[in-house]
Amino acid sequence: MSWPILSTITFLPLVGVLFILLVRGEEDSAKENIRRVSLITTVFTFIVSLIIWINFDTQNPGFQFEERADWLGGNITYRMGVDGISMLFVILTTFLMPFCILASWRSIENRVKEYMIAFLVLETLMIGVFCALDLVVFYVFFEGGLIPMFLIIGVWGGKRRVYASYKFFLYTLLGSVLMLIAIMAMYWNAGTTDIPTLLAHSFPAEMQTWLWIAFFASFAVKMPMWPVHTWLPDAHVEAPTAGSVILAGILLKMGGYGFLRFSLPMFPVASDLFAPFIFTLSVVAIIYTSLVALAQEDIKKLIAYSSVAHMGYVTMGLFTMTEQGLQGGIFQMLSHGIVSGALFLCVGVIYDRMHTREIDAYGGLVNRMPAYAVAFMIFTMANVGLPGTSGFVGEFLTLVGVFRVNTWVALFATTGVILSAAYALYLYRRVIFGVIDKENLKSILDLSVRERVILAPLVVLTIFFGFYPAPVFDVTQASVDQLIQNYQAALETAQQTASLAH
Amino acid sequence: MYSAIVFLPLIGFLIAGLFGRTIGAKASEYITSGLLIVAAILSWIAFFSVGFTDAAPQHVTVLRWINSGTLDVNWMIRVDTLTVVMLVVVNTVSALVHVYSIGYMHHDPHRPRFFAYLSLFTFAMLTLVTADNLLQMFFGWEGVGLASYLLIGFWYQKPSANAAAIKAFVVNRVGDFGFALGIFGVFYLFNSIDLDTVFANAQAFVEGGHGEPVLDFLGYHLDAHGAMTALCLLLFMGAMGKSAQFLLHTWLPDAMEGPTPVSALIHAATMVTAGVFMVARLSPLFELSHTALTFVTFIGATTAFFAATVGLVQNDIKRVIAYSTCSQLGYMFVALGVGAYSVGIFHLFTHAFFKALLFLGAGSVIHAVSDEQDMRKMGGLRKHIPVTYWMMVIGTLALTGFPLTAGYFSKDAVIEAAYAGHNSFALYGFWLTVAAAALTSFYSWRLAFMTFHGKPRASVDVMKHVHESPYVMTVPLMILAAGALFAGLIFSGFFIGEGYGEFWRVSLFTSEENHVLHDMHEVPAWVKFSPLVMMIGGFLVAWHFYIRSPDTPKRLAERHEGLYKFLLNKWYFDELYDAIFVRPALWIGRQLWKKGDGATIDGFGPDGVAARVQNVTTWVVRLQTGYIYHYAFAMLIGVAALVTWSMFGGGSAQ
Repeated sequence: MSWPILSTITFLPLVGVLFILLVRGEEDSAKENIRRVSLITTVFTFIVSLIIWINFDTQNPGFQFEERADWLGGNITYRMGVDGISMLFVILTTFLMPFCILASWRSIENRVKEYMIAFLVLETLMIGVFCALDLVVFYVFFEGGLIPMFLIIGVWGGKRRVYASYKFFLYTLLGSVLMLIAIMAMYWNAGTTDIPTLLAHSFPAEMQTWLWIAFFASFAVKMPMWPVHTWLPDAHVEAPTAGSVILAGILLKMGGYGFLRFSLPMFPVASDLFAPFIFTLSVVAIIYTSLVALAQEDIKKLIAYSSVAHMGYVTMGLFTMTEQGLQGGIFQMLSHGIVSGALFLCVGVIYDRMHTREIDAYGGLVNRMPAYAVAFMIFTMANVGLPGTSGFVGEFLTLVGVFRVNTWVALFATTGVILSAAYALYLYRRVIFGVIDKENLKSILDLSVRERVILAPLVVLTIFFGFYPAPVFDVTQASVDQLIQNYQAALETAQQTASLAH
Repeated sequence: MYSAIVFLPLIGFLIAGLFGRTIGAKASEYITSGLLIVAAILSWIAFFSVGFTDAAPQHVTVLRWINSGTLDVNWMIRVDTLTVVMLVVVNTVSALVHVYSIGYMHHDPHRPRFFAYLSLFTFAMLTLVTADNLLQMFFGWEGVGLASYLLIGFWYQKPSANAAAIKAFVVNRVGDFGFALGIFGVFYLFNSIDLDTVFANAQAFVEGGHGEPVLDFLGYHLDAHGAMTALCLLLFMGAMGKSAQFLLHTWLPDAMEGPTPVSALIHAATMVTAGVFMVARLSPLFELSHTALTFVTFIGATTAFFAATVGLVQNDIKRVIAYSTCSQLGYMFVALGVGAYSVGIFHLFTHAFFKALLFLGAGSVIHAVSDEQDMRKMGGLRKHIPVTYWMMVIGTLALTGFPLTAGYFSKDAVIEAAYAGHNSFALYGFWLTVAAAALTSFYSWRLAFMTFHGKPRASVDVMKHVHESPYVMTVPLMILAAGALFAGLIFSGFFIGEGYGEFWRVSLFTSEENHVLHDMHEVPAWVKFSPLVMMIGGFLVAWHFYIRSPDTPKRLAERHEGLYKFLLNKWYFDELYDAIFVRPALWIGRQLWKKGDGATIDGFGPDGVAARVQNVTTWVVRLQTGYIYHYAFAMLIGVAALVTWSMFGGGSAQ
């Protein structure tokens, strides 16, 4: 067996935690050391994680870099592996973490140690979600990741953090309890929690329906899909900047990943049955939340609502079960991870200066902050889905996919391109353009070196993937093909069984 | 060479955009303008080497773009006659506008940014006209939209400029909504969005269809013919947005908030003609749908007439020209609609010269009178700025179709083609374009007379400062004037005359039954003379109103106050759209937020549950520190239960 690279990446952040625990004292130098250790850990993890991308075999649709070890009596094993669907999410996670640490450099001053530990633990758990090849291991990582997130919102959050975490708790509790029951049922039926085995197992049609609903409850909340999205704006508003970045960048992707890993391949009959339902919710999400975004007065809330709309494209694309829809959905998630993360970082930049998120408190920033205005413009355009930015590619592909399935859905979903332009440019105008007439803004400073270092790579990637998304598609192609083939085959078998029964 | 033409402006954009502040304004201006001049010269070389030889269409692959399953899209440069015509138009006007802007913008502190945007626009426009697939066309399409948004809002301190910029972008997005759906539809039917593949299969597809449904579109089961019509109409919706056609025209007049060179380049000569280019480029598709072409004719004719009526009463010098542009674009669509694609493109070609000339001339006027744009405060400028005056007169002559000028050839050809056209709205197109010709002549001469003739109405202070523009501004005017005078004479034979076939070759498609181009040369004499009569009539009325008895317009406006107000307020489209789209959208958004998210979802969901839970928990148990423990606890119990069960119960089942 070769070196367990996935476990290494997953648990590397915990090594950083150990080092942080060794740092004693509360004085500034100690805080500085903690920050440095965290940054080095996350950067190092990212660099190591690139090894998987480099060594990834794009022709192989199955799982790679597999590891397994017996755990809990041999039925539940510790099994890790990535395929074309999950690999890039691992990279996205390790990529975004250093930015989170950097974004918290000056804005977090109390309990720095605990804060950094929470983030590093969170990183371990998030990577684990995307690598786990056993349902129980997946579940532990999946649900465990919420605890540090709760802490980050609850301890370092804004004024209404208790309400926000309460909401978060209620929604996710419901979903996760149902998912846990479903996992038990799956084990009962298939006799294993091993994901590759479960992927090959075919569940009885009626059972699929119930399992699908149970998983859906959990993933829909994570996504979040309309109408269980209302926790997200509150959580975003209360979370510190880095928390928002992780929330939008990674945690939201777990829902989509869940659909791809479990709902679609394991319950194809039910997925087919529920696809129209998903389309309806997605289209409602796109139009409804875009309109709501138009009316927002808080920058972060506006971006949070736009995230819900963008996730609507993802769910819609995934359930088309077309090549374009699936690849577009995956790409949209990755792109949204970069773009929305960057947008929240942009909000963080001015929040750190003015300590308000009210749109009306700003105006005319371009006069004092030209570099900031450029970066914000690029991310706004990516959010709007302008061709040439990464935001366009996913949106376009999901719409191409859905047009092949249902033109009504395509029609309504495409209205999103008009609405997104309206709310995003309206926001940009109110914050950036105009004359500076507010006294306290007249001395605001442009991006610092640290902030430039944070935003520059994101700008580059946003544009790079807009013009050349091929590296992503090369990775996802084989696995997506296989997913579609198995799905179609399963549907055919189910139809034959059904016709035989009659 | 073709790559150089497309990428030189991009290089200019990157240099001026990234290093503009380091290298300074002068360097940015010279670099971007220099690169554009080179690109323009190369374009003319390409024009002659492709248009006047029998070189086959060329394709240059640049990069892979989106490859997903059967969807395979690459960055490509496609060069055929239609492309080189557009290259010439875009790069020539763009180079001249760059040079002109050196003079026009010399007070502005943000010149590097301005020149960067201009070059960015040019690059996007070039990717549009060299597109080899629909998606790259869409990229250029939205790219020019972005550049237009940035340039309209260039003076970001002006609230009206910001509003106009957003309006332009959003209204264009409405058109793009149709364009995008059209692309999805093309992919659905042809499994490809490469132009060559689609064109090669289109005719067989429509003719091979035997009435069986091929596309379920919004509940309609469309056969091959119906599907093609639906696609063309969707794609045309994009053209309506970009080319500011009736119903989606509202953004164009507002776009005049941008600096005047921008209006000349983007909102007259190039970007707004993208819709015309698109329909011509997709002529192999449009030619297969009679219904779609009829609709194109209808919209074009309506726009030509509508915009001309509004242009009659506007007082802002740039808005008059903006409505004129809108109206002329309508002419082009009329020509396309009756199947005379080359006539439409020819009018696009000549229009680029004289409309850019008029806008830059207007810019020169505005420059002279200290940034005043209201014609009521001008007058009598002829003696003070003679070069500008004569250039404007040339532009006006060309626009109104004075014999042997560029407009005379192209515009009269449009009107003749409309008469010769066969679709049910062709005659509608003919009469409205003839009427619009009279209106055009009137408002163009009205503009010239109000600005240059009569007594000065500007304040003494302003009049004292009136000065002719520097050479850097007047020389581009002269070059454009040469184009406005001679472009028709020189090129009409190739574009629409005898050399038609050898010139366009495969780049424009006309079906077997389409004889418009032949028929239009055989229309009755009165048809040929009608535009000329209209032009003279318009001129005489304008002369009477504004030179001979300057009180007439006022009296007329008072007598027909309702009509005057109706025209002055642009048929109340802005008010209408505000009432039925903008306000309701904001209102619904607020309602959904407060009532939908707040009261309903949260009320019955988390808040409601929370209230219940609180009632219960207060007497059951107090976990004082919060919910994390609840949560962790529930999860751990769950996992523990599962593990226990698997080890002792379920495990033995195997």
